Amino acid sequence: MESVVKQKVLALNGDEAVAYAAKQSDVDVVAAYPVTPQTIIVEKFSEYVANGEVDTEFVCVESEHSAMTACLTASATGARTFTATAAPGLALMHEMLYVASGCRTPVIMVIANRALSAPLNIHCDHSDSMSERDSGWIQIYAENSQEAYDSVIQAFRIGENPEILLPVMVCLDGFTLSHTLENVHVLPDDIVKEFIGIRPIPLVTTHEGKSVPFKLDPENPMTMGPIALQNYYFEFKRQQEEAMKNAQRIIRQVHEEYAQTSGRRYGDGMLEFYHLEDAEIAIVCLGSTAGTVKTVVDELRAEEVKAGLLRIRAFRPLPVEGIVRAVENVKAMAVMDRSMSFGGHGGPVFHEIRHVLYDAPTHPYLVDYIYGLGGRDTSPTQIRKIYQDLQMILQTQHLGKPVRYVGLRE
Amino acid sequence: MLSEWKFTAKDIAEKPDLFMSGHRACAGCAPATVLRLVLKAVRGPTILTHVTGCMEVVSSIYPYTSWAIPWIHTAFENAAANASGIEATIKVLKKKGRIKQEQIDVIAFAGDGGTYDIGIQALSGAVERGHDFLYVLYDNEAYMNTGIQRSGGTPYGASTTTSPAGTVIPGKVEYKKPIADIMVAHDMPYVATASPYYWRDLITKSRKGIEVNGPAFLHAFAPCPRGWRYDTSKSIEISHLAVETCVFPLWEAIDGEYQLSASSKVIALKPERKKPVREYLKMQRRFGHLFTPKFEKVLDEIQRITDQRWQRLLKKCGMN
Repeated sequence: MESVVKQKVLALNGDEAVAYAAKQSDVDVVAAYPVTPQTIIVEKFSEYVANGEVDTEFVCVESEHSAMTACLTASATGARTFTATAAPGLALMHEMLYVASGCRTPVIMVIANRALSAPLNIHCDHSDSMSERDSGWIQIYAENSQEAYDSVIQAFRIGENPEILLPVMVCLDGFTLSHTLENVHVLPDDIVKEFIGIRPIPLVTTHEGKSVPFKLDPENPMTMGPIALQNYYFEFKRQQEEAMKNAQRIIRQVHEEYAQTSGRRYGDGMLEFYHLEDAEIAIVCLGSTAGTVKTVVDELRAEEVKAGLLRIRAFRPLPVEGIVRAVENVKAMAVMDRSMSFGGHGGPVFHEIRHVLYDAPTHPYLVDYIYGLGGRDTSPTQIRKIYQDLQMILQTQHLGKPVRYVGLRE
Repeated sequence: MLSEWKFTAKDIAEKPDLFMSGHRACAGCAPATVLRLVLKAVRGPTILTHVTGCMEVVSSIYPYTSWAIPWIHTAFENAAANASGIEATIKVLKKKGRIKQEQIDVIAFAGDGGTYDIGIQALSGAVERGHDFLYVLYDNEAYMNTGIQRSGGTPYGASTTTSPAGTVIPGKVEYKKPIADIMVAHDMPYVATASPYYWRDLITKSRKGIEVNGPAFLHAFAPCPRGWRYDTSKSIEISHLAVETCVFPLWEAIDGEYQLSASSKVIALKPERKKPVREYLKMQRRFGHLFTPKFEKVLDEIQRITDQRWQRLLKKCGMN
């Protein structure tokens, strides 16, 4: 039985919504560095600190590399930690992202997605977070600011779960979400506090058979971040994969529990399905573009076109079985990629979807559309054109070019 | 401002080693001696962090460890950022009542590569932010873990694998970066230099660095027999000569006020006690090529820089 709580509606942009969620989440340490389009998050959080609205140690570091470093050692010392960044900052963190996941420190980080240089560009695409696909972080992509708010609160519960202990990235599209005002329903402080609790520190067994907290604790000295060579490194990595597997279940559980209180659901927490049950043609995408796609699906449905959308909310871990099931009746499908994998066959989302469908009993015609790089706008007309292309593929039973570009001068 | 902690050699010998035996450091490794001595100075619960390097590698090969206190390594360029996160957590969790200890000290260890070069940004940032921690630079004057490559801490004239003594170039042609002075310029409360020969001075300075409120920086001289190419029994003797020749003078700067310590103070008062740099250099084969007619002038240049830096230091200490 759902018992949805009464919630305030605030006019917030995506960055503010995220900062608000972090404020409510009883974060112990924030270490962050400003970078467009994430900066509002750090600014907002600094205000909360300056006004005594949070009980958080805010470390205003000199680089993103140090931001991630300080977050992960804080986390290793037992703190709940939060940070935020975007493209160049995320790229500078790259080394430490692997250390954070490898040390099993559940740092929560918001990415305001932005294009990677060069040429310099501050606007949205997914080249930054897609470059960190294999860093061992859970990745959740929000469609709107409301979901960004909800996802940050959920992220603490997911990452800090003793079965997981992995860092989590919540990605929101730069400017499209980060700087655009939206009505955001926010939960009361005490409800969030109750939902999230204090960070649980799991117990681990030492070589002496003693049960000790998994953190840097003078009472129970532990060596963290050791060197592990040919004889042990591999097992550490395999354990991370196991945690990722568990994460699928935990993400769904936390999402459902949160839905009971907030009344908000995003599919099953991993995937969102929009008119997919009887869809013949469908688009797969992630992030804010899904909002535009939904509008077009509504129009097409009114015209009795069997169009649908599969939105990937959790890209890591990837819900393989869910994707296969979701599109089993789709006949032609377009994947939308907001980043490129130069020299590869299409973008990273295309790679994943095509790969997932290899073992499926049937698969649809599959085509990749690379779009919106460097913040280029993608209109409903362009989305409609993609659905028309899919219809054409079905009519002619001919795929044509498997990798295409949207709104590009060629 | 600092407590007058007094100790005898017996006290130190009886204090349990926090950097335990069984590690895999080379015979004669002075960095290992430095670590051991620094940890003799801890006053209570302490968390240690370490960057990638010799001392990290020899002490933490999974599933073994040489650390009897909580210890974390994350990467190469971020000792000070590691310490920042730990210190911030101690502060906030103490306030929230989730850390019981009255006080937990934080010590960061890094080599010269991790300090002079790749780690200086994180170090400068952490000191500017005023985190309360002791940063220990163990300076073996090159990237020894990767096989003796030159760093900003390698002295003029030294032969390393990336500044080899050739037929034309006499080893490293750049001067050693005055890292401790750079740290004093941060207006930090405590900066000191130390040498393992002067073990009492080293332990005392470590303790001061731990006790001081805010960041402290200890620059510890740490000869490496493998990289400097001398007999493994000579590390402590070389640590002695470096001070006696004023190649590595001992001093501390409390709130920016320089003062000499140990033998360096004596040499300032009795300049005749100062030994020529050749005595120090000739013990190490990394300088061997300088003792040939072709490069002999480099020895004079090293003497000149050493004298010049010593005079500058005396001036800072008001002793010239």
